[in-house]
Amino acid sequence: MFRFIIKRILEIIPILFLVSIFIFMFVHMIPGDPARLVAGVDATLADVELVREELGLDKPIVEQYFTYMKNLVQGDLGKSLKTGRAVSEEIGARFMPTFWLTVWSMAWAVIIGLLIGVVSATKRNKWQDYFGMFGAVSGLSLPSFWLGLMLIQLFAVKLGWLPTGGMETWKSFILPAFTLGTGVAAVVARFTRSSLMDVLKEDYIRTGRSKGLSERKVTWGHGLRNAMIPVVTMTGLQFGFLLGGSVVIETVFSWPGLGKLLIDSVAYRDYPVIQAEMLIFALEFIVINLIVDLLYGILNPQIRYE
Amino acid sequence: MVELKLTKKEAYMQQSMENIKSNTPFSEFWRKFKKQKLAFVSFFFILFLIALAIVGPFIVPYDIAEPDYNNVLTGPTAEHWAGTDAYGRDIFSRIVAGTQISLYVGLTSVFLGALGGTFFGLIAGYYGKKVDAIIMRGCDVLLAFPGILLAIGIIAILGPGLGNVIIAVAIFSVPVFARIVRSSTLAVKSTLYVEATKSIGAVPRRIIWKHIFPGTLSSIIVYFTMRIGSAILTAASLSFLGLGAQPPSPEWGAMLSGGRDYLNIAPHVTIFPGLAIFITVLAFNLLGDGLRDALDPKIKD
Repeated sequence: MFRFIIKRILEIIPILFLVSIFIFMFVHMIPGDPARLVAGVDATLADVELVREELGLDKPIVEQYFTYMKNLVQGDLGKSLKTGRAVSEEIGARFMPTFWLTVWSMAWAVIIGLLIGVVSATKRNKWQDYFGMFGAVSGLSLPSFWLGLMLIQLFAVKLGWLPTGGMETWKSFILPAFTLGTGVAAVVARFTRSSLMDVLKEDYIRTGRSKGLSERKVTWGHGLRNAMIPVVTMTGLQFGFLLGGSVVIETVFSWPGLGKLLIDSVAYRDYPVIQAEMLIFALEFIVINLIVDLLYGILNPQIRYE
Repeated sequence: MVELKLTKKEAYMQQSMENIKSNTPFSEFWRKFKKQKLAFVSFFFILFLIALAIVGPFIVPYDIAEPDYNNVLTGPTAEHWAGTDAYGRDIFSRIVAGTQISLYVGLTSVFLGALGGTFFGLIAGYYGKKVDAIIMRGCDVLLAFPGILLAIGIIAILGPGLGNVIIAVAIFSVPVFARIVRSSTLAVKSTLYVEATKSIGAVPRRIIWKHIFPGTLSSIIVYFTMRIGSAILTAASLSFLGLGAQPPSPEWGAMLSGGRDYLNIAPHVTIFPGLAIFITVLAFNLLGDGLRDALDPKIKD
């Protein structure tokens, strides 16, 4: 197990390296002169040169990369062009709201998705199955920002039960977490159904049935446990979509998180913040995938000995 | 047990009956596909949408750009089926005219992404080794930016606009297609007929395009259809965020974004464009599911 963990951790190093180059190159991929863009349209030539020096754009590109990495390791992500504060500070304040939003969204989505998936698989081709699967494909097709606005209109504007946005009390979490989790619940439900249906065809399920186990024990004890292995991987990947989706949902609900900061920064062309945000999101996704991989190894001992 | 045996036998008999009837791969596919009722209906609905995209702007009852300040933010009536927006423009007409934009963005971006992804996937799968390693690491890097984030990053570089949205969505479809095509290439590559072609001395380009590519086509078609729905959603989200189509364009996401300020007094401005997005994406997803079941039951989600 220890060797397996080390191997998986070593495997992500080249990816991390390539991602860091990609993000470093980010500012250089902007068409035109990045220093001029960053300085703004009405900056003087001297201003532009100052920005160029500040960003280190006048040095050779390899040296720039090493400076970037050195600063990165020291936690220095540069300064926000909009507020002048350190980017690490800006992002630090926004990290936890997004984190908790994704965790709560994931939690309900996985539980509900699993339930729908199991019911659909065991009641195959009955009304429960059709109902569950049509619900799932609808959840997949809903524009999340529209769903969010409709929920605001109903529960906040009309009924006045829940706040329209912001993050003050636990009540503020309900609508955004529900909206953000819908797509994931749909994917989990569809995937659980197909995975469980495959497993229920296996010989050991028939053995379980023939030795007189109740249908419930066969499904939940033997079936679901084995069906869970691919579902865990799929769910890990969905975390990525949650992180992406949070950008849209945070804008709808004025959530003080990373996603809203990203959109504000893109509108302002605040490149140091955009760059740091891309890095944080990618890192988070890579780490989650690593955890899922390790979890997969725990669930399925075969993987460890490959 | 008895029941299981019976159904197996039945299935077998049905299968053999089908084998007798089937003559071409297409007619076999068509028969399987017709059984997927929802997908079948979606297919005709999408044909209708395509027709609407072509003739829509010419048949709409109202001018989609002309403001009418006597009819601002009126709810749905007999004259304005979906009500009017903050400038008094007919929302129904604008939605019909906007069909063109959403379908165009969805189809072109996925087509470009599929083109690039197929090319890289075939090459990676066929040549293997270093070529494969380089292409697949590239895909890993692009996939490290989950979902819409890569698209937002690309827009941050290129600037907002519908054309850039197409490029962004296309780029983030490339690694998805590359992975799928690569894995089908690997499967097809090891088949006997490809070996036979190799042994009679066919050049790699011919083997790839004439013999391997057709074998990967069914999974490409399935994913192509399934990606269109999510591409339309992504493009609408980007427009909603102000990064894609800009007002006064009748793009559905941009229309929705314009309605946000009137959510409490005129919710219809937001409801109808959202419904249009939902139904369109649903149709593509249902079609994708049906095609998957009919063409390639191995693909799961």
